[in-house]
Formats: sequence, C-alpha cells, structure tokens
Amino acid sequence: MAQLSVNKSVDPPSLRDRRKNGFLRFVRQLDLQLMVIPALVLIFVFSYIPMYGILIAFQDYKIGRSFTGSPWVGMKHFITFFQSPEFGIVMKNTIMISLLKFFIGFPAPILLALMLNEVRKMVFKRVVQTITYLPHFMSWVILGGIVGSMLATDNGSVNMLLERLNLIDEPINFLSLPEYFWSILITTNVWKEIGFGSIVYLAAIAGVDPNTYEAASIDGASRFRQIYLITLPSIMPVVSIFMILAIGNLLSAGFEDILVLAVNPALRDVSDVLDTYVIRVGINNYRYSYATAVGLFKAVISVGLLTIANYVARKSGNSLW
Amino acid sequence: MRDSLGDRIMVTFIYMFLILLSVSTLYPFLNAIVISLNEGLDTSKGGITLWPREFTWENYSVVFQDERLMSGFFVSVLRTVIGTVTAILATAIFSYGMSRRELMGRKYYMIICIITMYFGGGLIPTFLLIRELGLMNSFWVYIIPSLISVWNMIIFRTFFQGLPAGLEESAKIDGCGNWGTLFRVVLPLSGPVIATLALFTAVGHWNEWFLASIYISDEKLLPIQTILKQILASNIVSEQTASMDAAALAHLQKAKTITSKSLSMATMMVATLPIVLVYPFVQKYFVKGVLVGSLKE
Repeated sequence: MAQLSVNKSVDPPSLRDRRKNGFLRFVRQLDLQLMVIPALVLIFVFSYIPMYGILIAFQDYKIGRSFTGSPWVGMKHFITFFQSPEFGIVMKNTIMISLLKFFIGFPAPILLALMLNEVRKMVFKRVVQTITYLPHFMSWVILGGIVGSMLATDNGSVNMLLERLNLIDEPINFLSLPEYFWSILITTNVWKEIGFGSIVYLAAIAGVDPNTYEAASIDGASRFRQIYLITLPSIMPVVSIFMILAIGNLLSAGFEDILVLAVNPALRDVSDVLDTYVIRVGINNYRYSYATAVGLFKAVISVGLLTIANYVARKSGNSLW
Repeated sequence: MRDSLGDRIMVTFIYMFLILLSVSTLYPFLNAIVISLNEGLDTSKGGITLWPREFTWENYSVVFQDERLMSGFFVSVLRTVIGTVTAILATAIFSYGMSRRELMGRKYYMIICIITMYFGGGLIPTFLLIRELGLMNSFWVYIIPSLISVWNMIIFRTFFQGLPAGLEESAKIDGCGNWGTLFRVVLPLSGPVIATLALFTAVGHWNEWFLASIYISDEKLLPIQTILKQILASNIVSEQTASMDAAALAHLQKAKTITSKSLSMATMMVATLPIVLVYPFVQKYFVKGVLVGSLKE
C-alpha cells in the first residue's frame, strides 16, 4: 500500500495523459514496432487461428464455413472415436510404440556419450561422431528407402547375411510381416538419432572437472566405477530435463517413420497410431471434425503427461518450469 | 597409472561396439551408392555389397532424363534457397526488434510467441486454414507458413543481446536508425549464428516431404523427396513396376538392364547429394547450434 501511494505522488499524470504518452511513444518507435508486428501477424495467422480451429472438433464442420459456422454437436466425435473398432488398435499401437521408443531411444544416446567419453584416441572419436551424426540429417524418405533396400527379399544385405550364416533357408520379407515391424521401427529410430542425441550429453560430460577423475583414480576407483559415481551423477540434470521433454512428446513420437516404413497394408494392425489415424481419416477421408477430435484427444493426454512428468521432476529437484 | 584388467576389457568392448555402430551406420549408405552404380539386371542376381560388379552410369542418366524427377529436384532447390533466405531474413528482423529493451509491449509479444511452442492447432485445422488462404497447390505454401520460427527467434535474440551495447549506441550516434543498425552493424557481426540457423533451416526444407504431399497435388510443384516417397512406396507394394511417368517407362524399355531398384537407389543418391555436400559445414556449426538451443530449453 505504501508503495502504491508513493507511486501516485511520483506519477501525477492522469490515465488519459498516460495513454496519450504511450501512444506518442509508440508512434516515435514505429520503425522498431514495424520490425515485430508483421511477424506477430504471421504467428497469429499460422499458429493462433488453427488453435481457434480446434473448435470444429465439437461441430459437424462443413467445407467453406468459418470455424464456428457449423452446427455444434458436443462430444459426438469423441464418443464415436472411443466406440470405434479402431480405437483399441490405435491406442495399443500408440502406447506400445511410444513406450518402446522412450525406453530404448532415450537411454541409447546417453550410453553412446558415456562410451565416446572413454575413447582416448581423438581421431577415432571424431570419426565415430561424424559417421553416427549423418543419418540425423537425412529425410525419413531416404532412410525408409535405404532400410527397404537393406531388408529386401531380392538380395537385401540383411537377408544375404542371414543366408550366408545359415540362419535362414529362404529370404524373409521383413517389411510385410507384422511381427517384425516394431523391432524394425525402433531399431531404425535409434540408428537415426543415437549419434545426434549424444551431443548434449557429451557437452555436459565435458563440463565435469578432470580433477574429480584424477582423485577417484588415485583412490583406486576403476573406470567403470568412475562412470557410475562421477560421470552419470554430473549429467543427471541434463538427463532429467530431456526426460521431461521426451515424456511430453511421448505420444507424438513421430509418424514420418511409420509412413515410410509401413507402406504394406498388411502392417496396419501394428502400425496405425493416433497421428497416422488422424491423417488417414482427416486428409484422405475428409472427416475433418472427427480427425480434429482425435488430434485434440492426443494433445490433451500429452499435456497431462508433461504436467505429471514435471511434477515428479520438481519433487526430485530438476523441474522444467 | 595402468588400467586394471577389468578396465581394459571394458575399453576393448567399447571400441568394438563403436566400430560396429559406425559400420552399421555407414554400410547401408555405401551399399545404396554401389547399387546405384551397378547395372540393374546384374544387381538382381544378388551379391552386391561394397563394390560394383558391372559399373555403369546408366541409372543416373535415366534419372536425369526423367522430367518428373528433374522438376522435383528443381522445386526442392528453389524452395530450399528461397525458403531459407526469406525465413532467416524475416526471423532476424523480428528477433532484432524483440531484442530491444525499449520495444513497447515486448513482454506480451514474448508470451504470444512462447505459447505457440507448447500449443498448436494440430494437423487438420492448419490444413483447413491453408486451404482457406488459397495456398493449396501454390509454391508459396513452402515459404510463407515457415517464415517465422519462434525457436530461431529466441536463439537470434539471445545472440543479439550478447553483442556489446556500445556498438549499437555508436551506430545510433552516427545516425543509423534501428533498421540501419541491424543491417549495417548487427547482421555483419552475426555470421556464425546466421550460418548455423540457415543450415538447419535449409536441411529442414530439403528434407520436408509430408506437408508437400498433403498440400500439393500438382505434380509440377512436388519436391523430389515427395516424388521419391511415391516411387519407393509403389516399389515396396509391387516390387517390379515403379510408378514412373511415360517418358521414364520408355527409357526403361529401351534400356532393359535398368530395374526399379537400381533406379530408386540412383534417385535417392541424387536427393541426398546436397545434404552430403553441406554436411562438412553442418558439422562445423551444428554442435554450437544444438547447444544454444538446448540452453533455451
């Protein structure tokens, strides 16, 4: 209260004067404002109007109408989705693929960073890094083509190797058999991102004081114990931040990989996830309101997961916000 | 101090694992290059690994004569160049404005930006908006929606704020306005950050294929990645006939030694070449870029 009265005595102009001053200041910095306003308009158009467009999830959207101009139907589309025969399959695939990607794809770069840190030959380390970063910069179309060529029945290298080793008698058509799909999908994902993902952890490891290792080694700690007792604890803050982000993205674990690898319709029962389902019913079957409802359902769960992950992390002292 | 036996076993295991990982990363790419340089019919006999048996440029000459693929390559180059230049320019201008303390409403503008990093409209509402705006089947759908990246704005802004304040003050005293200061003083000093963000933007543009596949139905406007995706998809479903256009099919019949597999490998190499060419530069800058980005997280 005291502060407020002091402010009042220092700042005598009335509200109208201040508004006028504000307007004058705005005009005087118009060149500066013109740097940001066009960009803000673009952000408004391409980010906020689609957010407003989510409302069609509660309507029967008609093409050509505005986002609120169609008849309202409440939760109809959500109920249709929950009762549809695809719901069980799509949810099972989404959850399983996301969990597999998380439990295998998240620790893999950390392990690689820890291993690279043990390499004393700098040239070797740099060569490994250069090679393993490469797939990150390739599009999923290229990687899908390369994986397809590796796994092909007509002289794919994998089938050739397995035949040479006498593990199989006939080539296996890997990309048409449902039982292999998840393994192929997860392996390809890890293969693409393991190197690039290790960069942040390597940077975190580089920040560890070398004296700590020296002291530990004088005390007789083996290199394995040094990793376990020094390196790992010192990168934990970075690990937990990235873990929270990964959990928030759990359900949107990518769909481009599925689109390029699960071309064969025989794989639909194991490859259909929320994102690909939205694309199929929305873009291909024109069921806009229904697809928006499915997308919104996914977004709500994602926000929930992120909140829970952050809550847990805050309890342990490493929160995102 | 010498390592103990356990340590030596661990280090040997690590070296072996890293060699295995590198080989399994590199081999598929090398194998694809070799297949693209080997005669198609000979490839289908099997056994091609790391060295071509019947070396030929034929696969590439078919790719380069295919009008559809070449138009796709041209569209990709065009969208990458125009998209990167305009996006970096627009985002740099925006970021400079956002980096000035005297900017009125800066706090609110920032909140408007940050919200878009956590929430979005999703695929379908965005799709409907693009259609309402008349951007379907238009080249500008590649450029306009991705002009402003909030993520890059934050990285730019952090960099601009780290520049010595005296520089801008002296530019102001010499009579530069905000725009003049940006273009004559600030941007010439921002080489590394521009290079980093431009490379990331360019790689993103070059590799993007999904949005093109839903926004564009006119074949002349499709980027090479999307065309390649269609070819590969039809190859997997029916391994024999590639979905090539009539001209390419004519070539196929003329040169019986070319198969859809050797052809798609050659197309893939053409579609990857620009990435491989910029990769050394990417390597130089991207570690820095990733770290700047992750600090902001």
